[in-house]
Amino acid sequence: MTWLLLVEQTLNGAQFGVFLFLVSAGLTLVLGIMNVVNLAHGSLFMLGAYYAATFFGLTGSFLLALVIMVPLALISGIVIEVVALRTMYDRDHMDQVLATFGLILFFNESVRLVWGPESQPMPVPDFLDGSVEILPEAPYPVFRIVVILVGLAVGAGLYFLITRTKIGMLIRAGASNRAMVGALGVNIRLLYTLVFGLGAILAGLAGMMAGPIQSVEPGMGEDMLILAFVVIVIGGIGSIRGAVIASVLIGIVEVVGRSILPFAMANFMGEDAAQTAGPAVASMLIYVLMAAVLFFKPAGLFPAQAG
Amino acid sequence: MRFRIALIAPALALAATPGLAQEKEIRIGYINTFSGGAAVYGKHQKDGLELALDHLGWKMGGLDVKMIYGDDQRKPDVGRQQADKQLKKDKVHLVAGITWSNVLAAVQKRVIRSKKIIISTNAGWSAMAGKNCSPYFFTTSWNNDQTPEAMGELMNQEKLDNVFLISANYQAGKDMLTGFERTYKGKVAKRILYRLGQRDYQAEISQIRAAKPAALFGFVPGPMGIAFVKQYRAAGLHKTIPFYSVFTVDYLTLGGHGKAAIGTYHTSYWNNNSDDPVNKRFIADFKKKYGYHPSMFSAQAYDMPMLVNSGVVGAKGDPNDVRAMVAAMEKADFPSTRGKFTYNTNHIPIQNFYRREVQADANGNPVIVTTGVVKENHKDSYYKQCKFKW
Repeated sequence: MTWLLLVEQTLNGAQFGVFLFLVSAGLTLVLGIMNVVNLAHGSLFMLGAYYAATFFGLTGSFLLALVIMVPLALISGIVIEVVALRTMYDRDHMDQVLATFGLILFFNESVRLVWGPESQPMPVPDFLDGSVEILPEAPYPVFRIVVILVGLAVGAGLYFLITRTKIGMLIRAGASNRAMVGALGVNIRLLYTLVFGLGAILAGLAGMMAGPIQSVEPGMGEDMLILAFVVIVIGGIGSIRGAVIASVLIGIVEVVGRSILPFAMANFMGEDAAQTAGPAVASMLIYVLMAAVLFFKPAGLFPAQAG
Repeated sequence: MRFRIALIAPALALAATPGLAQEKEIRIGYINTFSGGAAVYGKHQKDGLELALDHLGWKMGGLDVKMIYGDDQRKPDVGRQQADKQLKKDKVHLVAGITWSNVLAAVQKRVIRSKKIIISTNAGWSAMAGKNCSPYFFTTSWNNDQTPEAMGELMNQEKLDNVFLISANYQAGKDMLTGFERTYKGKVAKRILYRLGQRDYQAEISQIRAAKPAALFGFVPGPMGIAFVKQYRAAGLHKTIPFYSVFTVDYLTLGGHGKAAIGTYHTSYWNNNSDDPVNKRFIADFKKKYGYHPSMFSAQAYDMPMLVNSGVVGAKGDPNDVRAMVAAMEKADFPSTRGKFTYNTNHIPIQNFYRREVQADANGNPVIVTTGVVKENHKDSYYKQCKFKW
């Protein structure tokens, strides 16, 4: 493995990390601020991809699909919050896990009924197709650069929203003491519904960005959900800054580990065994990382001030 | 007491039915994956076999056909439970279906022990071709190794040397590489085993580009393959390093791949462009009935009822005469979507394998076109290890 390839793999890892941040931003928002464990985040990710794939297919325009996807994701989120989650705020996390796990099953089966079990078509949009040469002899897909830009924009936007705006102040206040904010005359119910809706939009956006590089199919959100939980646990639940740093960290560990380990292990255990064991060990790395972080910093790298 | 009932019961049965105690229907248990992420495999196969039943008028050798479906949820233990239920409660005459080798491994024992016929419409577990072979076992698909063996042969024919290999890190993934390397004579640039269920392949794609191979051989089934092919194309590698695959690109996944699959190659037993009237009728009627293009999974499932029908006719309408059924089925005397073929001594088809590629049609949409025969009358590599025991 050459140094240039190592640099490229680090870049790949960072890019994957930014994508992970896109997936986990909404989750950390909902869990950190509303104190709700929302396993259905993966379903919202899937719905976003399906909405976008459908309207991209109908209109032929990726941007128009984005414009249609956002309100649909918002409505889906609000409906879930009002119908299923509102009664769960005072219950413990186990009840929330059970309820939202039920939602996963419900949405996977609904999607299969509406769209069928096949993977839905969703190509890279023409204007983002192609590649640019960032590193010599290693053209990088334009769409992946767009994913990085979208991820960074979401991070900056959220940071601004939470720390610099009046609504952000109310959200933080609600996270600290829900009853007190309500007593001061703020409609905390509505506020929570909006936060959940925002989380749904972020999940949908992540699903939409995943569509052109992955398979749009029932259950596509589950794999991502596990990684997203690892991200927010390492980053500190509710912390946007923590989510950014943890996702890039995980992305790099996962990708670089996966590409180096099989060859590094071949030095002392034989080629064949290393090829089998390498990927297996590499896929454990992020969980080892999570365990280590939890051991030294049980609240994550950047515990959120509120909540 | 028990002795007396045992004597009376057959006598009553004889008295009740005019002539011989004969079945009025044949009951076929069909086990496949109909739920979860892999439900699409079950759907394509079920649609295929029901079209065959339509063509047979839901009759076999004068008997009505009754299908009993079971969902294995892609789990061996659930598949085994379904087989038990179908054998004991539904009293099926035979069991068919099954997409996954590990589910087949669990189901076949129960069925064979009950001395009933089992027909795989997909799973090609190599043990069933060799040491675990059984006269009760048939397949309308292939042995797992046959398709990658044909691919190795294709790469020899195209004089591709220095090929990069990518496969999934589990048993079937390794079997694919073994099958490929059994026939491929060139140099292997490097091989990568990715994690089962992986969705992001940028790291692997960077390694493939850095190795500068002449071609890429891959086994990346289902949604993993959809993600891989999209990402491979987005990286622009398809222009310099052509992608040859097995069980990755097919009409089952082509909707998901979309245009990203154009310019990729694969091997398959099914010549979808053949002029064989059975094949043409199958494709035309399938599209008319279901509104989508059949995949090779639909084609091999279509063959199953046809094969059973040949058995029932050979057994003169008695599905309980298993030996006569097997003897008739061994002749492979039925209209198959692959044309005429023969069964080897282990009941695995001796069949042609074709080079297929994904091309753009007049509207730029992807279509699979068969562009040549790679191996004629290809036998699997295990049949010599097979000794039938009834």
